Amino acid sequence: MSYSEKVIDHYEHPRNVGAFKKDDDGVGTGLVGAPACGDVMKLQIKVSAEGVIEDAKFKTFGCGSAIASSSLVTEWVKGKTLDEAAKIKNTDIAHHLALPPVKIHCSVLAEDAIKAAIADYKKKNGLDETSAA
Amino acid sequence: MSDMTAVQGTKSNGLAQPIYLDYQATTPCDPRVVEAMLPYFTERFGNPASRNHYYGWEAEEAVEKAREEIATIIGADAKEIVFTSGATESNNLALKGVAYFYREKKNHIITVVTEHKCVLDSCRHLEQDGFRVTYLPVQKNGLIRLEELEAAITDQTVMVSVMAANNEIGVIQPLAEIGAICRKHGVFFHTDGAQAVGKIPLDVNAMNIDLMSISAHKIYGPKGIGALYVRRRPRVRLQALINGGGQERGMRSGTLATPLCVGLGEACRIAQAEMDEEAKRLTALRDRLLKGVSDRLPEVYLNGDAKLRLPGNLNISFAFVEGEGLMMGVKDIAVSSGSACTSASLEPSYVLRALGLDAEMAHTSLRIGIGRFTTEQEIDYAINHIVEAVSRLRELSPLWEMHLEGIDIKSIKWAGH
Repeated sequence: MSYSEKVIDHYEHPRNVGAFKKDDDGVGTGLVGAPACGDVMKLQIKVSAEGVIEDAKFKTFGCGSAIASSSLVTEWVKGKTLDEAAKIKNTDIAHHLALPPVKIHCSVLAEDAIKAAIADYKKKNGLDETSAA
Repeated sequence: MSDMTAVQGTKSNGLAQPIYLDYQATTPCDPRVVEAMLPYFTERFGNPASRNHYYGWEAEEAVEKAREEIATIIGADAKEIVFTSGATESNNLALKGVAYFYREKKNHIITVVTEHKCVLDSCRHLEQDGFRVTYLPVQKNGLIRLEELEAAITDQTVMVSVMAANNEIGVIQPLAEIGAICRKHGVFFHTDGAQAVGKIPLDVNAMNIDLMSISAHKIYGPKGIGALYVRRRPRVRLQALINGGGQERGMRSGTLATPLCVGLGEACRIAQAEMDEEAKRLTALRDRLLKGVSDRLPEVYLNGDAKLRLPGNLNISFAFVEGEGLMMGVKDIAVSSGSACTSASLEPSYVLRALGLDAEMAHTSLRIGIGRFTTEQEIDYAINHIVEAVSRLRELSPLWEMHLEGIDIKSIKWAGH
């Protein structure tokens, strides 16, 4: 199969690869997917006191589309509030990367990763879970 | 190879095109094979079934010479070779042809879970038609247990079908031992020889093989032709799948494709002449590649038996790196992966799963096929290329990070999706 130029660009030059300390209060970590299914994404956000995502890091086990989807969302969430980041839809990711139908699940996983990272941050900081939805 | 996905590489690092390392998928035609075929497209175009003129005789002579060369490489008689369109057709003809011919007397077939899809699918078809099929499991190294085979044989068993060498993991089944068991119980023994013929020595008499499927394009011959060996003494009978003018002694009607027959014959002749030397060379290249990556990367596992395997096959799991993502990273080489990320199901290779590999390990595998035109320089290039790609992707892998932190990824409750 062939990949779009954007997927190849993110695959070859992934943005924001790395990790924050999980225990930091300002950090939310989302770990989604399963090794047995061939995709695992770890997305981390660093949130300011004002509730703005200052930085994001990711690591992904998966195909090129999975790596590109997670790389892309680290760029997208930066500078957004938690509520804004929670509104990122998998369809936007899939559209931006021109993912073929068999790769849509990669974008779904990336959306799940954002939500999981936000939920983790809120849980750690005792924030209301429902307000993000 | 429906479970294997191949990503074509792109031009980079000064290579005009990616290095071809997928010889179990197909092989290029040997130029000597093409040379032998060419006259039969143009001036020697006769129908080998035209018994009454020069053009027919000329084509028939070429086809019969090819038949002789195919028979020789497996120790058979030329009269026992039936031309088909390829190994898929040969496997269909062997399984369905024998099953239907003897269905009044017997209705049970034994095969193996790691067979090629065309054998498994033919067996499914027969099951729907009232036959009973036993699918033998394999051991961790990919080989069947002979005692399990013998125990599965009943007075209703008409045929045992076990592939000679596996297309994904290259393991070679104990054909002589299987043949002896089959002969002892009066059961036909069919073997899918698509990956084995021309690569390892085979002898239908010494191994008591009654039917053998052969493919041309796996042995540097043309695509679109294969053969089925059908034993004459003791005679194996089968019901034709394709009816028509009664060519190939009624077992496979249709005008023979003379140039393709010639191509298969020439491919067999060359393979027979060069087999020993080629096997030595390919085994050395294979071992060099495996050692090259294993020396420089931790957590690298060979799938399938290390010794009882085709000279040109490697199937390696690079733990914590997903296979399809890895194939995208090794774009300068053309290989396959046991990961099925591109297929509709998220199931990885059924062959690797049959070895008892976890799904996550099956997702991290690459199949590397080395062949006649592979050079040592190409192998060395591939080693560096693979090591760099795996190292880079492990830096990107959350599973690798957990592994380094001493977390057992099996201890985590994954959600799945």
